[in-house]
Amino acid sequence: MKRIISIILAVVMTAMCLVCFSGCGKSYVGEVNVYNWGEYIANGEDGLMDVIDEFEKSTNIKVNYTTYETNEQLYNMLKNSNASYDVIIPSDYMISKLIKEDMLLELNYDNIPNYQNIMERFKHLACDPESKYTVAYSWGVTAMVYDKTKLDKKPTSWEALWDKNLSGDILMFNNSRDAMAIAMQLCGIDPSNCTKEDIDIAAKKLSEQKPLLKMYVMDQVFNQMEKSQAAISPYYAGDVMVMMENNEDLDYAMPVDGANLFYDAMCIPKCSKNKENAEKFINFMQEPKIAAANFEYLLYATPNQKTFDEYLDDDIKNNELIFPSEEYLDKCYVFSDIPDDVYSHMQEQFVNIQAK
Amino acid sequence: MKSRKPSIPYIIWMVIFTMIPIVMIGFTAFTDSQGNFSLEAFSKAFFYTDVFIHSLWIALLSTAICLLLAYPLAYLITRMKKSSQNTVIMLLMIPMWMNFLLRIYAWVTLLQDNGPIDLALSLLGIHGTYIGNSAAVVLGMVYEYLPFMVLPIYTVMSKIDYSLIEAAQDLGSNNLAVFGKVVAPLSVPGIISGVTMVFVPSASTFLVAQYLGGTDDIMIGDVIDKIFWTDQNTGSAISLILMVFIFVFLIIMNLFGDEEAIA
Repeated sequence: MKRIISIILAVVMTAMCLVCFSGCGKSYVGEVNVYNWGEYIANGEDGLMDVIDEFEKSTNIKVNYTTYETNEQLYNMLKNSNASYDVIIPSDYMISKLIKEDMLLELNYDNIPNYQNIMERFKHLACDPESKYTVAYSWGVTAMVYDKTKLDKKPTSWEALWDKNLSGDILMFNNSRDAMAIAMQLCGIDPSNCTKEDIDIAAKKLSEQKPLLKMYVMDQVFNQMEKSQAAISPYYAGDVMVMMENNEDLDYAMPVDGANLFYDAMCIPKCSKNKENAEKFINFMQEPKIAAANFEYLLYATPNQKTFDEYLDDDIKNNELIFPSEEYLDKCYVFSDIPDDVYSHMQEQFVNIQAK
Repeated sequence: MKSRKPSIPYIIWMVIFTMIPIVMIGFTAFTDSQGNFSLEAFSKAFFYTDVFIHSLWIALLSTAICLLLAYPLAYLITRMKKSSQNTVIMLLMIPMWMNFLLRIYAWVTLLQDNGPIDLALSLLGIHGTYIGNSAAVVLGMVYEYLPFMVLPIYTVMSKIDYSLIEAAQDLGSNNLAVFGKVVAPLSVPGIISGVTMVFVPSASTFLVAQYLGGTDDIMIGDVIDKIFWTDQNTGSAISLILMVFIFVFLIIMNLFGDEEAIA
C-alpha cells in the first residue's frame, strides 16, 4: 500500500514539475550567442529600451550575451577557446586582422535588408573594402576634453597636451595605440601605417610628455575631469559628451588637422553555429528605432542614416563632436592592422616610457 | 597508514590550477615567440629592474606599517570582553564585504583636490596635494590589507593559554616581561601568516597604484599586464622572477618562525 501511494505521489510531483516548466519557461525557436563590448548596448537603464529583450520578444530567439573589454581579449577567445559566438563587434584594426586570418564568415546581405540604412561612408570600410563581412555598429573620433576655468582658450592641436603651463594637470591615454597615434600625428607620421622607426620617434615625444602628466588614464578620466581634478585630456568623443553633461566647466576641442576615426562593426566569426539568427540579430540592430536607442545610451555616433534623419534632435545632429563634418572626417585616419612584431614593439615602448 | 583518498580532489585541483599554470609560465619564460629555447625574455625583463625594486619597496613598506598598526590592535582586542571582541572583529570585516575597487574609489574621493581632506586642511591653512604620489599608494595598500594582518595575529594571540601568562606573573614578571617572554614569542606564527598575506598581494597588485599613484608609481603588476598583451614571453619571465623573489622572501620569513608557522 505504502509503495503504491509513494509511486502515485512521485508521478503527481513529476507531472507538476513538467507543467510548471512548460508554463514558466518561454519556448524559444533558436538562440544567438552575442559577444560584445561591456556597456555597449541599450539595456533598459535611463528609461531607454532594453534592446536584447525587444529582440527576444519579436523573434523568439534567445540571446546569450557575454562581454569583453579589449579587442585582444576577443581575439584570444576566438583563437584559443572552444566557445562558439554568432555575433561579435570588433574594432577597425581587429576586423582587418580577423579577415586576414580567415576567421570571419561572409554575410548574406539579403538577410540584412537594413544594411541600406547605413551611411555611405560606413558601407565601404577600409578594413572590409568589398563589404563582405561587416555591418557598422557605431563610430566616433578622438578629441580633447578640457576645463574652461583652467585654459584661456580652446586648444586647436594635440600640442596642448604638451603645454608646460599645464604641467601636472594633463591626462593621457593609458593605451599604447591611442597615445602613440597622438604623438605620431604631432611628429608628422601617419599613424594608420607606422614602422618601428616611427614608433621610436613617437616614444621619444611621449617621454617628453611624461613629466608634465598627472596620470595615465582610461576609465579614471571620468572621475578626474568631472570632479575638476585635471585641466585637459584626450578621449573618445561619445565619452567626452558624457563628461560634459556631468560638469558644466568642461568643453571639447578637436585638433584641426584631424584625429583618429574609429568604428566597431558587427561580424559573424567562423565558429558560428547559428548564422541565420546572427544575421537576424545584425539586421535588428540596424532597425532605425533600435539604433536610435543604442545611440542614446552610448552617445557614440550611429552609422544608421535613417536613425540620423528620423530619430535624432537637431542639437545632436549639428554637434561637431559627435557627428563631425564630412570635411573633418576626410582628414581623420583609421587604424589598420599592423604586423604583430610592430604592435609588440609599440606596446613595449609604451610600457618602457611608463617604467622609466 | 592513513588513507589518502580524501585528499585526491584537492591534489587534482592543485595540479590543474596551480602546478600546470606555473609550469606553463616557466616554459613560456624560457622560449621565444616561435617556441624555441631562448633567454631573450629575461634580458628584456631586466629593463624593469627599477619598477621591480619600487614595487617590492612599496610592498615592504605597506607590510611594515600594517604590522605596526595591526599588532597592538590585535593585542588590545584579545584583552577585551569576548562579546566586544566579536564586535570589533566584525567592524574590521565589514569594509571587506565591499568591492575592492569601490574602496579605492572612496580613497580617490577623499584625497582628491577639494575633497574632504583637502578642504579640512585648507581651513587650517595647509594646502597641498594628497593624491598621485607613493605615499597615497602606501596608504591605499595599508587600508586594503590591514584586516589580513589583524586577523591571523588576533587568532593566534587569542589561543594563547592564559595559564602561561599567570605562571609568568606568579614567577614575578611584570607586564612588560610577560609580553616580551610569553605573548610575543607565541604570536610569531600569526605575524608570519599576516606578513605573507599582506606582502604577497601588495607586491603584485597594480590597481591601487593606478588609482592613487602618479605617473612614477607604476607597479610591476601593471608592467606584466601590459606586456602580456603582445609579448607573453617577457611577461612570463617577469612573473617568474617575481615569484622567485616572493618565494625567497617567504623562506626568509619562515627562518624566523618555528616549524608550526610554515604556511
